Amino acid sequence: MSDLRDLYQEVIFDHNRHPRNFGALPEANRHADGFNPLCGDRLTLHLRVEGGVIQEARFEGAGCAISTASASLMTEALKGKTEAEAATLFEGFHHMVMGEPVTVDLGKLAVLAGVSEFPARVKCATLAWHTLNAALKNESNPVSTE
Amino acid sequence: MFDVQRMRGQFPILAREVHGRPLVYLDNAATTQKPRAVIDAERHYYEFQNANIHRGVHALSQEATDAFEGARDKVKNFLKAPHREEIIFTRGATEAINLVAHSWGRTHLKAGDEILVSEMEHHANIVPWQLLCEATGAVLKVIPIDERGALVPGAFESLLGPRTKLVGITQVSNALGTVNPVADIIRKAHQAGALVLVDGAQAVAHLSVDVKALDCDFYVFSGHKLYGPTGIGVLYGKREHLEKMPPYQGGGDMIAQVTFKKTTYNELPYKFEAGTPHIAGAVGLGAAIDFVLSVGLETIAAHEDALLVQATRLASGFEGLQVIGTAPGKASILSFVMKGVHPHDIGTILDSEGVAIRTGHHCAMPVMDHYHLPATARASFALYNTPDEVDALFRALRRVEELFLK
Repeated sequence: MSDLRDLYQEVIFDHNRHPRNFGALPEANRHADGFNPLCGDRLTLHLRVEGGVIQEARFEGAGCAISTASASLMTEALKGKTEAEAATLFEGFHHMVMGEPVTVDLGKLAVLAGVSEFPARVKCATLAWHTLNAALKNESNPVSTE
Repeated sequence: MFDVQRMRGQFPILAREVHGRPLVYLDNAATTQKPRAVIDAERHYYEFQNANIHRGVHALSQEATDAFEGARDKVKNFLKAPHREEIIFTRGATEAINLVAHSWGRTHLKAGDEILVSEMEHHANIVPWQLLCEATGAVLKVIPIDERGALVPGAFESLLGPRTKLVGITQVSNALGTVNPVADIIRKAHQAGALVLVDGAQAVAHLSVDVKALDCDFYVFSGHKLYGPTGIGVLYGKREHLEKMPPYQGGGDMIAQVTFKKTTYNELPYKFEAGTPHIAGAVGLGAAIDFVLSVGLETIAAHEDALLVQATRLASGFEGLQVIGTAPGKASILSFVMKGVHPHDIGTILDSEGVAIRTGHHCAMPVMDHYHLPATARASFALYNTPDEVDALFRALRRVEELFLK
């Protein structure tokens, strides 16, 4: 196993203890619920999308450090992105946590690269992103990582 | 005198390392490791006896049949069942419960009838009854648990009524370790005219079971939680019930005669064992029962209790750690949460120290809902665990604390 520090980087602890964009978003026009039945993590994502651009993203819920930090970092990364750019980010993020070559610039999201060495935790890192996908499609059923 | 080091020598897997550290296996409530005797029994079966059973006239078929039916006798004696035909081999406890829900349930229940289960049941003792209720219009009622994780006193008695047709109750809770007063529940249920199915999946490796003395109608368990193979389990059912129940699955071995006009079914227990069974698994389960009885369930329970006492004491001195499930007389399960750290993170960090525990909802989501928790961490002890391993668990938990709460 790689060092735990590759997984639990300081940035991740910081976002776990002080998640950014945490809470309700009354002006949101897209919502989705995500659920990881394996560990019981749940999160609700709220987006305000105007003209195809994500103006605001906030989340609520309870999860492990990896899923909370991932959701927090994601909401930061999404602001100002078009739906197409968000989809590209998700694709790149997914490649990264699966340990596959990444061709997009993931910025701060790269701190989650260590997840690829911990296969049991990939679902924690991707829960927020699967929920984002559902929110952008405005799916009414909660998405599940299973 | 019980010698835990000698006992460990019988479990080959315990010699291996995980992430460069000695394996500390504390996920025994999920599945136990297998002693050499069980591994050898399966290997011997495949190397010397493998054949299909109940049909060939050749020597191997007879030997395989004898080995399989010999395992049934071992299960019968283990559970103290009156008759060998009351022992049905299944894939596990889950399939055994589904068999009863399907076969007994769909022929004996009607709309408005009630099934009682407890709030601490494993999903395997909830969902089959929900499916049955959907199919029949029967109603599932839930016996609540209190803050300790014990049944709320008097709640079962007040829910039990003339409409109650079946009570499904776990003998030992997999998520909490609570030991339920099943004998009392069975006696009261029978007075009300209801049958009782006891889920013994967590119990059989810790408690001596006597289905005749308990007087339960059905008792189920899985081999793999009893140091036996996966994919094999047992349904015990009183003969009077099993005889009235239609087959669960159709196929070979469960028939007496087949024509396209009419098929007649085989006698018990074969009526419920369609298709070629997990013969090697049954043989391995027989070896596991021999192994457990040779150690002695009282010896096992005393050893595990000492580990639980040690773990509970260390937990109570650990600031921020809360034990979930504090019912008196618990079996060897320590479920807990740590302030500020999600159980999943605890599990990953412990794993890096070689300590294997379970984290999550333990297939008992209603229990998690009861405590308003998404998940817990769970250490569960078996006969081969040592006081040093309990110490290793808490050393690893200190590492979690260092990383997360420094």
